[in-house]
Amino acid sequence: MKTCLVVDDSRVVRKVARRILESLDFEIVEAVDGADALTACRGAMPDAVLLDWHMPMMDGLEFLKRLRSEPGGDEPAVVFCSAENTAERIREALDAGADEYIMKPFDGEIVVAKFVEAGLL
Amino acid sequence: MSPPDLDFLCALVRARSGLVLTGERGFFVETRLAPLARREGMPSVSEVIDHIMQDPSGPLARAAVEAMTVQETSFFRDRLAFKGLAAVTLPELAAAKPSGLRVWSAGCGQGQEAYSLAMLVAEGSLPPVEILATDLSTPALEKAQSGVYTHFEVQRGLPIRRLLRHFDELEDAWRTSAALRQSVRWMRLNLIDPFKVEVGYDLILCRNVVANFAPDARSKTLERLDQALAPGGRLMLGAEETAPEGFEAVPGSPCLFARIGEVQNVTAAA
Repeated sequence: MKTCLVVDDSRVVRKVARRILESLDFEIVEAVDGADALTACRGAMPDAVLLDWHMPMMDGLEFLKRLRSEPGGDEPAVVFCSAENTAERIREALDAGADEYIMKPFDGEIVVAKFVEAGLL
Repeated sequence: MSPPDLDFLCALVRARSGLVLTGERGFFVETRLAPLARREGMPSVSEVIDHIMQDPSGPLARAAVEAMTVQETSFFRDRLAFKGLAAVTLPELAAAKPSGLRVWSAGCGQGQEAYSLAMLVAEGSLPPVEILATDLSTPALEKAQSGVYTHFEVQRGLPIRRLLRHFDELEDAWRTSAALRQSVRWMRLNLIDPFKVEVGYDLILCRNVVANFAPDARSKTLERLDQALAPGGRLMLGAEETAPEGFEAVPGSPCLFARIGEVQNVTAAA
């Protein structure tokens, strides 16, 4: 079973993402911000990361940059999931190493499509 | 909505578009016609049907039929099929016809299929490709021609890098680039009406359109598509659709069909 780290400071978003991803046979690990997520990755690198942008402590972009410089940090497929929906911000996320990008709001069909594009399904 | 109202409307849709409504017909009709009722200032769908009964050839009848036929779709629907087009089919067809290709998206709906093709063409090293996209529904064609899609719509099937490459950002939506819009010719066409068939299309996509047609409408439409297809051409249907009469599946190419005897060597046939 593949693991997906869901990183979002919103409990509601984490819950929705968990429900969708568990139905796709992912084992879910949750983190509430970038710092929390980095600690989780240092413990066990997930197969996928679903990543919010704005969070306390460490935001998604900073987390992604740090993740990619960690040993084995280039392995997880990272799908950003944010309300930052401008082309400029999306490019910034891709330049930092994101594999795909979900613009909030989203639904299960979009998550499936994006995870397929990221080679996770 | 009374059963006779529903039967009347289903018969009208079948006669005008070839589409046979099945399953939860009442629910389907209500949900499709409610926006039309609101737009026309009518209190209910039954009122819309009353007006159509009085003038079954009028603009309201046409708008109702069009509202019933538009289908939800996505960019690059059936991802593997489009991968096959990009990697194998279009290059093979182009090698056989270096002067340029003609492609027809028949029943293009709101344009996602035609734009998906246009993106493949823009990304490939192909000779000029003329793309014709036709549909019965005027509102669907207007949306297609505008090239404007919501955040939700662009996320259905469209990888993020393609979005950035081929779309411009609007305030709350995305719009296909001017180059992409200019690469498609849009035309209103009812596939079941007798129409002058342009011939010589190297690739025709008619996906998830005729599957729900009445048998006579289906066979007539497929016959016309056959006439329009160039020798050695390819016909692409929906993922669940089977080979039409006189056609066989192209091995290794999902959703793709060729005339019997024209599968093996596209170059020789063209």
